[in-house]
Amino acid sequence: MHTITRAVLVGLLSALAAAPAAAETVKIGFITTLSGPQGAIGEHMKSSVELALDHLGRKIGGLDVEIVYGDDQVKPDVGKQLADEMLKKHRVHFVAGVIWSNVMLAVAPTVTGAGTFMIGTNAGPHELAGKMCHELFFTTSWQNDQTPEAMGKYMQDQNLTDVYAMAPNYAAGKDMISGFKRYFKNKVVGEVFTKLGQQDYQAEISQLRAANPKAVFVFYPGGMGIQFLKQYEQAGLRGQIPLYSVYTVDEISLPAVKGAALGQFETRYWSPDLKNEANQKYVADFRKKYGKAPVFYGAQSYDGIMLIDSAVRAVKGDLTNKKGMIAAMRQADYKSTRGPYKYNVNHFPIQNFYLLKAVQAADGEFAMQIQKTVFENYKDSYAAECPMKW
Amino acid sequence: MNAALVLEQTLNGLQYGVMLFLMAAGLTLVFGIMNLVNLAHGSLYMVGAYLATAFAHWTGSFFLGAVLALPATLLVGVGVEVIALRTLYERDHLDQVLATFGLILFFNELIAILWGRAAIYTSVPPLLGGHLRVLPGVPYPTYRAAIIVVGVAVAILLWVLVTRTRLGMLIRAGASNRTMVGALGVNIRLLDTLVFGLGAALAGLAGLIAGPIYSVQPGMGEEILIQVFVVIVIGGIGSIRGAVVGAVVVGMVDTLGRAFLKPVLSTVVSAPAADKAGPALASMLIYLLMAAVLFFRPEGLFPARGRS
Repeated sequence: MHTITRAVLVGLLSALAAAPAAAETVKIGFITTLSGPQGAIGEHMKSSVELALDHLGRKIGGLDVEIVYGDDQVKPDVGKQLADEMLKKHRVHFVAGVIWSNVMLAVAPTVTGAGTFMIGTNAGPHELAGKMCHELFFTTSWQNDQTPEAMGKYMQDQNLTDVYAMAPNYAAGKDMISGFKRYFKNKVVGEVFTKLGQQDYQAEISQLRAANPKAVFVFYPGGMGIQFLKQYEQAGLRGQIPLYSVYTVDEISLPAVKGAALGQFETRYWSPDLKNEANQKYVADFRKKYGKAPVFYGAQSYDGIMLIDSAVRAVKGDLTNKKGMIAAMRQADYKSTRGPYKYNVNHFPIQNFYLLKAVQAADGEFAMQIQKTVFENYKDSYAAECPMKW
Repeated sequence: MNAALVLEQTLNGLQYGVMLFLMAAGLTLVFGIMNLVNLAHGSLYMVGAYLATAFAHWTGSFFLGAVLALPATLLVGVGVEVIALRTLYERDHLDQVLATFGLILFFNELIAILWGRAAIYTSVPPLLGGHLRVLPGVPYPTYRAAIIVVGVAVAILLWVLVTRTRLGMLIRAGASNRTMVGALGVNIRLLDTLVFGLGAALAGLAGLIAGPIYSVQPGMGEEILIQVFVVIVIGGIGSIRGAVVGAVVVGMVDTLGRAFLKPVLSTVVSAPAADKAGPALASMLIYLLMAAVLFFRPEGLFPARGRS
């Protein structure tokens, strides 16, 4: 009796232990922000991941897929805990996502240090593009400095001068202004750093008007951007002093500001009106499934899943073949929503950057529209510091 | 730095102070009378903003929306008081902080479920959309001027209510000795509910005013709440007069600091040093002021009479 039970138990256990190897499932941990005011971004990313899986028939590289979402609450420590949980408890093969650079700097080394792939789909801190680059780290977004660099280049090309620059007083705000000034060499008449999360800009706008600049450059992500744009318009400056920005107007904030953003210039690597097959399919199906316009955060996340799919496909589902998957990802052999691109040595895309303008379409909806290409096949400024060779 | 700019920034400071006052008045009354630390006061501000936006959308008029949103926020406040907060008055402040923090999470998620997480669109009513010429060359948004007028009117009404009516007398009595007021046969429970509802309506008023100039999104209340606590600490907890003075002082110090601290500093130290220290110091200014007030007058500038 006893021995029989034991034999059955041993048999059961060995069957259980063998099970995962028999029917392999790709496990992906996706970290983003799903609660609080910034939860709107995470919602777009999650929706795009789900859409990518729909397009792939709920398979990654032909294998079944299991996806675990984590809410980082915009906190680096929470992000790191989520990564640990995904690695140890869920035993994921890929960790993807991450909106915030400070969260990314905590998550990426944890994941790559454990020998697992990290696929960034937003944050691009310069550390990870330079000295801290890693063979298991890829991103489908951009390096932080590139977007303001493109705006600086455009404004320099227009030979604008007497520019007034504003940003929140924290790491990314300072990076944005210094990235902007790397290419903009004409006169900057004022440089103002406001408190992070500030609501009211009326005092700064009064100072701005008194300084009488010819153009304004700002970086105000999220709710700060909505407030700044409304107040800039209410101060009557919209028609008087042209406003150029990065990460301030996008498809999440446009419905909340509508006309207050009209005529606004932004630079970006992607836009819903980019004419390529993958993008048109993504934009149309996103609108159909979720009833709203997608945003670049979503396009990058969609690309992230497609990149993972291309790698798993290339190694024919052998998830232990990491070298093979690294080689496959370096080819960026998938249909990206930005069109075809190549990876730089640091695993950051070499891609175009465009000038976008907020316009009102015929149907009354406000949208970002591509005006021209500012940078073609643009590399980030930190790749030279990356010791990786391939 | 010219006189016109200084005048404009003074108006900006006053307008910011008025917004803070509308929030602080309710918070300070509730703390003064019920001895309740209500972190969820910011949630009522958010509820006010969302209800005003929804009603304005429904009726097609900002003003009708505002008129409907005020009693609606008052009712939400009464509901919160009766269902959740009534049992907390006798408890420790830490319990109250925990419970009202829970309410913040509850309201933020509820709003996210009902309206979504993305910010929603609100705009200044066309009637108040233009600019006033305060002085030649100093255009000032009409909407912001209207905020100052509303704030001053509310302050006067509250002053009349608190000092000239029977309800106001009970409120003052409740603030100085709650037990005694109860012993004299006043229904203190009803008074609590009334005061909480009044505070909620004021927070709702601040929220509906804030809608067109700030971003209407879940969690918007927490962004202003910290400054409001600074106001009531500086003004003296439980006192309307303290809330008025505290709000105007905080509004002025914060606005003028943000506008003029950097240029003033650059006359004393080198320009790069002023560039670095200016913004950092300007954002600390109101907290430094609060620390100074706590050091010299721990009970605040105008403490409610009878509190020790």
